[in-house]
Amino acid sequence: MAEFLQFAFSGLTVGAVYALVALGFTLIYNASDVVNFAQGDFVMIGGMSTVFLYATGVPLPLAAIIAILTAVIVGLLLHRLAIEPARGASPVTLIIITIGASMFIRGVAQIVFDKQFHQLPAFSGDRPIEILGATLLPQSLWVLGGGLAVFVALWLFLERTLIGKAVLATAANRLGARLVGINTAVILAIAFGVSASIGALAGVLATPITLTRFDLGTIMTLKGFAAAMLGGMGSPLGAVVGGLLLGLIEAFGAGYISSVYKDGFSFIAILVVLFVMPRGLFGGRSVERV
Amino acid sequence: MSKLASRLLGLGVSALAVAGLAGAALAADPIKIGSVLSATGPAAFLGDPEKRTLEMYVERINSAGGVLGRPLELVLYDDGGDANKARTFATRLIEDDEVVAMVGGTTTGTTMAMMPVFEDASVPFISLAGAVEIIEPVREYVFKTPHTDRMACEKIFADIKARGFTKVGLISGTDGFGKSMRAQCMAVVGNFGIEIVADESYGPTDSDMTPQLTKVKNAAGVQTVVNPGFGQGPAIVTRNYAQLGIGLPLYQSHGVASKSFIDLAGPAAEGVRLPSPALAVAEKLPDTDQQKPVVVEYKKLYEEKTGQPVSTFGGYAYDGLHLLVAAIQKANSTEPDAIRDALEATAGFVGTSGVFTMSPTDHLGLKVDSFRMLEIKDGDWTLVETGG
Repeated sequence: MAEFLQFAFSGLTVGAVYALVALGFTLIYNASDVVNFAQGDFVMIGGMSTVFLYATGVPLPLAAIIAILTAVIVGLLLHRLAIEPARGASPVTLIIITIGASMFIRGVAQIVFDKQFHQLPAFSGDRPIEILGATLLPQSLWVLGGGLAVFVALWLFLERTLIGKAVLATAANRLGARLVGINTAVILAIAFGVSASIGALAGVLATPITLTRFDLGTIMTLKGFAAAMLGGMGSPLGAVVGGLLLGLIEAFGAGYISSVYKDGFSFIAILVVLFVMPRGLFGGRSVERV
Repeated sequence: MSKLASRLLGLGVSALAVAGLAGAALAADPIKIGSVLSATGPAAFLGDPEKRTLEMYVERINSAGGVLGRPLELVLYDDGGDANKARTFATRLIEDDEVVAMVGGTTTGTTMAMMPVFEDASVPFISLAGAVEIIEPVREYVFKTPHTDRMACEKIFADIKARGFTKVGLISGTDGFGKSMRAQCMAVVGNFGIEIVADESYGPTDSDMTPQLTKVKNAAGVQTVVNPGFGQGPAIVTRNYAQLGIGLPLYQSHGVASKSFIDLAGPAAEGVRLPSPALAVAEKLPDTDQQKPVVVEYKKLYEEKTGQPVSTFGGYAYDGLHLLVAAIQKANSTEPDAIRDALEATAGFVGTSGVFTMSPTDHLGLKVDSFRMLEIKDGDWTLVETGG
């Protein structure tokens, strides 16, 4: 039982990080059908900026806020300088642009920051919480809580605000949205800014657990993308469920079967899901364009 | 030769700090030393200190009058950790730059890719990578400076045996370093009467190893745990180890013998032991230690010049460059074959990793006892007196 719980805690911790990254994908995807492959790099910017600001003596909460704002600026610049000039291009072209942007961000981060791994102190101490013989770090609760908060905020934003509805309208039919007076370029810029802030928040919350380095974005993008696909690209609920599921599959696979094939299990699970439900677990909501 | 040199200078290919040169040395033909390092990319934390070390010391050697009255010229390429690129650069060093020797090869992967190029061209190659495969079997022109992973295993197992433990749990990274060291540990463990009771692994980018550690913890009779690995993995293993409250002695490898490991692992690192070159404990060595002056001076210079804490990886480059310079002086020649013969005859050379004495059957020249067993206490390294 203790073993089972320990695997579950491990899976939930890792899964919550994946979920937070996956949530970042949803907005831009909803607004433009683009999978932003620089999403993981926002996670890195959030983590690394906080680390470096904190090292210069800035209090942690302030450092985190500045880091998130930095990521938002990078996100807006990414939109303004790379996506906006290519407007009208197909989503595939835009996706390739984001891959290039990701490489660029990584290169700049090597120079602006450095090439070493860094850590942040856990927000509520390192003393593990013991539950029935298994242990959970308080920071895991921060990540889980953060994931939940972002999920709720994102859902409220998309369903309850005018701008959120404008994002969904833009996704449904760009021409139609423009005809009813929605400035789709601004909507896309907002999507990039908010996505960047979600990514950076993930970076701030996860760094005490995962550590961070200039090239962390690559693996974060990959895992977050896998989680988003599993749950259904574009659905906030799918991102959370997909992330947690991916983390749990990895932890139980490593714990009960073999740690050598850990990544194999998650990819097999994703393939099976996508064969049966090509849009992922919660992807039914996505709108078909003609 | 001088025409080629001036052309290269004109192209800006030269990495020489011309400003620091004495006028007399400038007149002579430079001695060209090649280097291919992973100064960027995933192995940048190794390649970057190596690059800084080489550049810093080439400049210093030149301002002190060079070697054999000629300045050194460092031709340096960055392979970004890519073995294919490394091989291309190696070919360029031989065919275009016509270097007399090479100090470089940050990772085992890039080294293995470049080795045949230097073997075919009969140019000495001093590698800065860890795996034992580089010098076993011995290749005529290939040398290396870091301790092998097999020696790390032997050092760890000797210490475990001295503490009276016989049952070991293994958790290793699946990166090249972790895999190779795991295999070497498996190969030598029998010699120490020690049994591996758990054998787990984790991916190089994993962020949580508690499932694997839970299995190690629950393995029957486990008395101590060894973690062959590299990069951030061992830091996360150490943190998870503390989170689970396993409480058994934990051994890390020389792959994390840098201050940043202690910073990353935090308080969880207390009590962790690992084998390391003397550089990590430079000031703590007894004054009678013949390595002390070398490591203290290198540490001081590196930290002054770069403003970053010294790492054992830069030390490998220090050893490689100085072994080469000593060999050129001894051979009194810059002919690659003469340098090779002099390198192989290296005896009693005091470097940062140990005292090198090479032979036709040993192109590393270090013994297991040049490793120091360290323990982390109060967030700093301390020397462990007992053990192998």
